[in-house]
This record gives sequence, structure tokens and C-alpha cells, in this order.
Amino acid sequence: MSMTIDARTDTDAAGTAAPPAGPRRFRVFRYKRGDERPHYETFEVPVGHRTTVFEALRWIQIHRDRTLALRHSCLHASCGTCGVRVNGKEGLACVTMVHDIGREITVEPIANVPVLTDLVVDMREVFERFPDDHPIVRGSEFLDDADTPDGIASYERYEDCIECGLCVSACPVVVTAERYVGPAALAWGERVLEEPRGAEVANLLSWANAPDGVWRCHAIFECTAACPSGVNPAARIMSLRGTLLGRRLRKQPRGSDPT
Amino acid sequence: MTSAPGTRPFHVLIVGGGGTGGALAHDLTLRGLHVTLVERGEFTSGTTGRHHGLLHSGARYAVGDAESAIECIEENTILRRICPGTFEENGGLFVAITDEDMEYYDEFVKACADCGIPAQELTREQALAFEPNLNPSLKAAVRVPDATMDAMRMPLRFFATAKRNGADLRNYVEVLDLVVNNRVVSGAVVRDHVTGKVAEISADVVVNATGPWSEKVAAMAGVDVPIRPSPGVMLALRGRLCNMVVNRMHRSGDGDIIVPQRALSIIGTSSWTVDDPEELDVPEDHVQRMYEEGAKLIPDVARAELRSAWSAARPLIGSRGDADTGRELSRTFKTYDHAETDGVEGFVTITGGKATTLRGMAELCADIVCRKLGVEAECRTRETELAPHSEAYAA
Repeated sequence: MSMTIDARTDTDAAGTAAPPAGPRRFRVFRYKRGDERPHYETFEVPVGHRTTVFEALRWIQIHRDRTLALRHSCLHASCGTCGVRVNGKEGLACVTMVHDIGREITVEPIANVPVLTDLVVDMREVFERFPDDHPIVRGSEFLDDADTPDGIASYERYEDCIECGLCVSACPVVVTAERYVGPAALAWGERVLEEPRGAEVANLLSWANAPDGVWRCHAIFECTAACPSGVNPAARIMSLRGTLLGRRLRKQPRGSDPT
Repeated sequence: MTSAPGTRPFHVLIVGGGGTGGALAHDLTLRGLHVTLVERGEFTSGTTGRHHGLLHSGARYAVGDAESAIECIEENTILRRICPGTFEENGGLFVAITDEDMEYYDEFVKACADCGIPAQELTREQALAFEPNLNPSLKAAVRVPDATMDAMRMPLRFFATAKRNGADLRNYVEVLDLVVNNRVVSGAVVRDHVTGKVAEISADVVVNATGPWSEKVAAMAGVDVPIRPSPGVMLALRGRLCNMVVNRMHRSGDGDIIVPQRALSIIGTSSWTVDDPEELDVPEDHVQRMYEEGAKLIPDVARAELRSAWSAARPLIGSRGDADTGRELSRTFKTYDHAETDGVEGFVTITGGKATTLRGMAELCADIVCRKLGVEAECRTRETELAPHSEAYAA
């Protein structure tokens, strides 16, 4: 049987089964509450061909500094906790391969979200961007054409949002417009309007239609580039604009229109 | 009543922020106790968040481990009620591929019936109508009420509700040692990784809910808890190869389940045992075996791109020497009141079990904690709908 997997020739960051591909220098963002300012700490980490940024950080935590704080949970790009910036670029640490990056690797918390400590951000900031409870998965769904490996490239589904905050981190508008609700919440809003499933949409429309809602977006599409789940928030924001414009046009007075 | 008039409620310190600790914090808070929970990392980061996301119907255990199977179907029903919006309720299939699988068929269907697990027998054609990507040479299938959960967000709803009701949930707080005097545990020394500061937390009862780490934490109180950390490898493949949970119809083995989770298909799992759950290996031969076994259920597995391969350590109950692979050990859970087992007061360990049974585990443990404290309060978690997961991060 042929396998598409490229062989995992070593174990993990601790790599004992095979010689590591060589040590890498990790510059890690450090901050504890009460510190005057954050600083960067450098660690030499042995890595192999399939070591992830998460595994390298965990190696530092176990073998070099127990006090390094990082978020992680599922280890397969499904929970969204391990979002970081690696050499300035947003990614999930659990599926970002060290091998692809370079010899010196700077790891920082995601941007535009307050840092609690080290690489840990306060996710309250991300959740508060949504109007209120925002259920994401659908109770039951049978996709008509179950998704085969051939179809994955074109596969796009809001329910794949993992609330990692990478889109908020990457958004250049959030940096300057603090009250802009941002791509994650607007993408959710678009999905609810697309298929309300009983949800009340009037409030949602006025929330999205606000100056700090859908109109604040500059259509730079950094959110879509950063999204690790293929949700495409930018396209959803554009679609939401289209919906709002359509409603605005329909509201124009039309002489004989009795309504 | 949780305490005499004019006195403060009893304080319970839970060590470990996995599903068990979160569910226990919720249960005890509803019973009127004051609860503090400490977790050294992010909530669910030890084992809970890493599981494949199966809400068990119990069918996987029906033949060999009826006790676990019955726990599963009961909790499956309760969780759907108290966690609406958290599950992808597409059901599950047990698929017989070989003649050997078919020899297991009658026993499987009967065991499901004995355990109260609804099981609908399907022909090959009916099964393929549900899941067209299944191995076309399948012989028969049985439909059961499995479902997919979000391994982190479902348990987070217990944390969220506990927090709403006044529990103090503190992640990034690590227990360095337990405070033990004259065989009484009265608190813990902790380091707060947010501030870097070390402090002591006192409590009337300390509960060890650290899963595969429970042997290590129990040792801080000088007691032995026979835990076998039993890792398993799982793969996340890109693409949703099925909508239902697809299981192989045979006794539990490697790579015999595919769980559709968002845009991924999770294949699980292997099983071995380790002494230290801290740093888990992902053996390459296990990754290959998951691919090979998974492809027997759904041939497209063989050409699906690997998104991630990882390991998680189950907290199985058993002594060293009892087990080589961990498959021999029951998936049920156990609570130790160390006053009874070891003569150490103020200390309880809850361990074993699985994500599907977290609420039931918490109920049993909370009963024991309340009995120790002389608190008479009914469990209310069967009926209490849980808060949204995001509230776990509320102020």
C-alpha cells in the first residue's frame, strides 16, 4: 500500500530514537506579571525533521525552564489554543514544523490580544468580540459529497473555525482601531445570516452594520492568509457587506411600493 | 446545608484542570461548597484535550467491559441534554469487514442490547448509503448513538458553569508540594506561572484529579495510587472522510476508529504503557499502523494528507506488571478516599475513566467529598444545562 505520509524519521523534540537534525536557536518571548517589560530568552533545542514548534517549546519547558507558560490542548489544530507568532508569522505551534523555518526562531504570543504571561494571551479579549454565545458546530450534518482528499483544496466551511485568534492577530486594522470587532466575529455573523437556524438576525444585522463592524475592514485579507482552518474570514466579511448593501438598497422608497 | 449558620462553606482544592477536575468543580460548586481548582498549564492540556473527540455510545466496550459500556450510554444521554450545541450528532457505525469480524457480530449486537445501547443492524448497502467512502467489501454494519465532541470545548462548559457559580479556577498554577501534617493533608504549595510567585492554598479537602499524573501527586502525600499511564497515538488527516464515527467491529485494537472532527478525520489509536506521562513519544511504526488499519475502514485514508500525529496518556488503573499494552485494563474510573485506603485524612484521588463519563466520575467523587465533610447535598449536574465554553475565560 502506498502512503502519502513522509516518514517520521525521529521521535519528538526530545528525539532519542535518531540523531537530531541539529540544534536550533529559539528566542522566546518572556513576561511575568510585575515585570517592567517583556524580554526574550534564548534556548538551544535539539530538533528532528518532524519536530513542531510546540514540541520544541515543550522540550524547553521540561528540560530547561519549568516556568515557561504556553497554551496547548489538542495537538492537532482543532482546539486553537497554541496560536503564536513564529518569526512574525501567525501559526498554530502544534502543526508548525521547525524544519521549514530557519536556524533562528523567534516565538512570540499572538498580537492584538493582551498577554497574561510568556506565550499565554487572555482569550477573553477574543471572545468578547462576539455578540454573545456563539455556537459554532452544527448538531447534525451530512455533507452531500463527503469530503475526499481530492476535494480538500476547495473545502471551506465556517464550522471549522477553532477560535484561535490568529485572524485577529494578523489583522492590520485591529492594531489601530481598537473597537473594531475584527474578522473572527464577523465571519461568525456572516455564517449565522447565511443559515440562521432560528437565530434572531435583526440585532445581528445592526451589530455588523456599525462603523466598527463590517465597514471598518480594509479588505487586506491578512485574516484569510493567517487562518489555519480555511475559514476565509475576509470573503465572509465581503459577503456580509453585500448582504447589508442589498438590504439598504431594498429599503429605498419606491413610489408605488405599498410596503 | 453546606455548613453551620455563621460559618464559611467548606473549601475544596482540586488539583488538575482536565475534564474530571472541571466536572468536579462544577458539581461541588452546585452543592454549595467553595471550590478552588489549580492547573499547571491551560485547562484540558494534559490528556483531556488530546482525545479523539468520541462521545462514546458504550458499544466499543459492550463485549469486554460491560461496566464501562453502561456508564458510557448513560452519560452519553445526559451530556446531550446538558451540553446542547456541543456535539455533532451524526451517530456511529460498527463495520464488519472480514469473516472474522462477522464471527463477532452476534455477540456484539447482544452485548449492546444487554448494556442498553440502541443498536440498529444494517446491510452492506444500507451502510454504504450512510457512508459512501466505506470499504466497499464490508459485510455488515451496526448503527449506534456515538457522536463527535470537541475534546476541549465540551469539558470547558463544566469549567464555565463552575466559574459562573463562584468557583475559583486558576490555570497556570502548579502544585509544587502538598501540605501534610500528622497524616492530614491541609493544602498545597503552588507556583503561579503568571506572576512567578509561590504561595500556599489551604483547604478542608484536597482532590487529586491529575489523571496519568495522579501517582506522582499522591506520592506528595505519601500514598500510592496504582496508575498506569497508557499512551496512544492518534492521527489527524486533512479532509472529512465520513460524517458518522466509523468503528471496526472487533475487539478493541489499533487504528480501529475514525472520528470526523471539523475538517479533519481522526484515526485512533494505539496503546502501550509508560512510567512517566510527561514526555510522550510518537513512534513512527504506530503512525504507519494507524494509516494501514484506518484504510481498511475507509480506503481514502491511505492517500489523505497528515495534519498531525500525537500521543495522549490515558490514566488507566492498574499496578506495574499488570499490563503491557494497557488494553487489558478497564476504562472505568475509581475514587480513593485516602483516609480509608491509607490512613491519610483530607485527601481524595479520582482517576481512570474517560471524557464521556466525566460528569458521572465527578458525581461519585463529590458524594465522597461531601460525606467526608458531613455535607448533605444532592447532586444536581444531571439536570443543569451548562454555560457556553467561552465563559471559562470570562472575567
